[in-house]
Amino acid sequence: MDFKGSDTVPGPRAEDQLPQTTTAAAKIVIVGGFGVGKTTMVGSVSEIKPLTTEETMTQAGIGVDDDFGSDTKTATTVAMDFGRIRITDKVVLYLFGTPGQERFWFLWNGLFEGALGAVVLVDTRRLEVSYEVMGRLEEGGVPFVVAVNTFPDGPRYPLDDLRAALDLPPDVPIVECDARRRASSRDVLMTLMRFLHTLSLRGSLT
Amino acid sequence: MTPPQRRRRQPLPLPPPAPAPPAESPADRGKQPDRLYTITGPDGERAPLDLVTLIVACADPPSSATPEQTVVLRMCAAPLSVAEVSAYLGLPFTVVTVLLTEMLAAELVQARAPIVRQKLPDRSLLEAVMHGLQRL
Repeated sequence: MDFKGSDTVPGPRAEDQLPQTTTAAAKIVIVGGFGVGKTTMVGSVSEIKPLTTEETMTQAGIGVDDDFGSDTKTATTVAMDFGRIRITDKVVLYLFGTPGQERFWFLWNGLFEGALGAVVLVDTRRLEVSYEVMGRLEEGGVPFVVAVNTFPDGPRYPLDDLRAALDLPPDVPIVECDARRRASSRDVLMTLMRFLHTLSLRGSLT
Repeated sequence: MTPPQRRRRQPLPLPPPAPAPPAESPADRGKQPDRLYTITGPDGERAPLDLVTLIVACADPPSSATPEQTVVLRMCAAPLSVAEVSAYLGLPFTVVTVLLTEMLAAELVQARAPIVRQKLPDRSLLEAVMHGLQRL
C-alpha cells in the first residue's frame, strides 16, 4: 500500500461524513444466494454509494468447499457489499449483503451474532439455496424475516404455501418485494424492525 | 407446482460467552465518553473490533505515523465504521483490525462499540430505526 504521492486521500465524501455526535452503529444482515438481489437491495436503501469490504479466505476455507483442490494454497477473497442509513444524530444503521454460502460466515466474526436481525432474501426459482442459512439463523437465535424478491420468470407461490414449504412459524413475517425499488426494500426493513419490536415486547428478542 | 420442503430448526444451546470488553458503569461514562475499549491481554491480541465499531481519530498524525496510519487518521476525522475503513483502504477486514489495534493501543484513535441485539437496552432504538426508515 502506498499512499505517498497521492493527492487524493481515500475516505468518505464530505456530505457522507457522519456527525461527531454519532455514538454507535447497529447492523442488519441481508442474506441470500448468489444473484438473488442482496446488493440491489443494499443499494436501493443505502444513503451512501454501496461499499465493499473483503476478507481473505486462506487455510480455514480449504476442505469446506469442493472448489478447492487439496493442493490449493491460493487465498480466496470474499467480498461483501454494504450500505448505510443515518437514523439519528447518534445512531447509524449498516446493511450488509452477505453471501448465503455457509463457508463465508465464519470470516466475519460476529456478523450474525451482533446483528439486530436478518432479512433472508429468496428467489422462488431457487428457494432451497436459502434453506441452510435459515437453519443457521434459527440455530443461532437470530431473528429474521423472509423477503421474496419477485422475478418475472419465477414461479409465484401463494404466501401460505411458501410458509408451509419454508416451515416458518406463524409469527415470522414473509413478504414479497422488489429489491430494485427503494420503497419496497425499505418496507422489508420496516417489517423486520416491527418483528423485532414485537419480539422485544414479548421479551424474546435475546 | 409445490415448492421444495424445508425443516425448521431449534436454537442451539449458547456457547460459552466470549470475553467481552469490560462493562462500563454509569459513573465512568461521564469521565470517558468515548473510551469503550481497552487493549488488554497478551501481546499481539487484536482489539474486539466489529464491522460496525465506529473509529474516530483523537490526534493529528504524529511524525512517527506510518502512511496507512496517516490515511486512517484523516479518514476518521468524523466517525467511520471499520467496514468503511476497510472499503476505502481496499484492505481486507482482518488487516484493518490489526492496523486499528495498533492505533488504539497508541491512542491515536478511539473506538465506539456497536449496538448489538443481545444488549438492546430498550425498544427506543428499534422505534428510532423505524422512524428513520420512514423518512427514506
